[in-house]
Amino acid sequence: MQVEAQGHAPGVDPHEQHNARGYLIGLGYALVLTIASFWAATTSFVYAPAVPVLLATLAIAQMGVHLAFFLHISTAPDQANNLLALAFGVFVSGLIIFGSILIMTHLDHHMMPMDQLIQIQR
Amino acid sequence: MSSGEEALHGSAGMPLALRGPAPPKVVAGFGFWLFLLSDIIVFAALFAAYAVLSGSTAGGPSGAELFDKSRVFLETMCLLASSVTCGFGSMAIFRSNARAMYVWMGITFLLGVCFLTIEGREFASMVAAGAGPSHSAFLSAFFALVGTHGLHVSMGLIWLIVMLLQVKTLGFKPMVTRRFYCFSLFWHALDIVWIGVFTIVYLGANSGHAG
Repeated sequence: MQVEAQGHAPGVDPHEQHNARGYLIGLGYALVLTIASFWAATTSFVYAPAVPVLLATLAIAQMGVHLAFFLHISTAPDQANNLLALAFGVFVSGLIIFGSILIMTHLDHHMMPMDQLIQIQR
Repeated sequence: MSSGEEALHGSAGMPLALRGPAPPKVVAGFGFWLFLLSDIIVFAALFAAYAVLSGSTAGGPSGAELFDKSRVFLETMCLLASSVTCGFGSMAIFRSNARAMYVWMGITFLLGVCFLTIEGREFASMVAAGAGPSHSAFLSAFFALVGTHGLHVSMGLIWLIVMLLQVKTLGFKPMVTRRFYCFSLFWHALDIVWIGVFTIVYLGANSGHAG
């Protein structure tokens, strides 16, 4: 038989293919993080300006849980391709989202107030 | 499977040039992974548009007035549970256990339908209340982002039906299990996008928008 293994596809658990425990652990973490998110959004227990940061942290943590336990992305050497592609995707997404917010708030900040703008057009 | 494991460990120390081509499942999985990442970049653009426009309500209703958190929580639970049942379904496929596969994937399908029903009702009630996509830039961005996600879920459900029919007619052939495996990647990725949606759109609405 030819040597066939050349890295791993994402979503395949390389060690154990019949691993219900992994999914259940992932489900547990995801449930805790989801409930924490909904709690953080409604509670007055947390200092209000800190809530968006807390929500972002919980969301990123939950995305990590989903990647690790459901998509089985890991840092194993044979997963280098998957991980590099993921890193590039995250990088581009970050550029698009934060770049857009940065540029648009900057433009908004420098825009003339609307009533003055309307006067110029007359 | 132990011979496969040995082959794995054998190839790890082998020079790259001497290893054979990667098996189709790895190639298909990696290609589909690249597609998913590019799809997530599409969503990133929609998220960016929403973040920029979420304050532009043009005198209309804002997110805090429109969104019902308990309904969103229910939607989130549907998608999360369907992600896990999809995982159990993939395990059943790996064991070539058709009966377990039909049960788990059937539950996955029903949970997906529940999600779409709740979302469809939300959209319908918003449009009926005059808060349709044409009302303000905020609502346009909202319907574009959440609607695109809902469209992906609908496509996933159609794909799931097609895959179940393929298993019924063709059985667990390698090409069928490979496609099914790509479907499960797609379904898990949609759940990851939904985390961003419920955090930024629904939970971010009452604590003031970031953009």
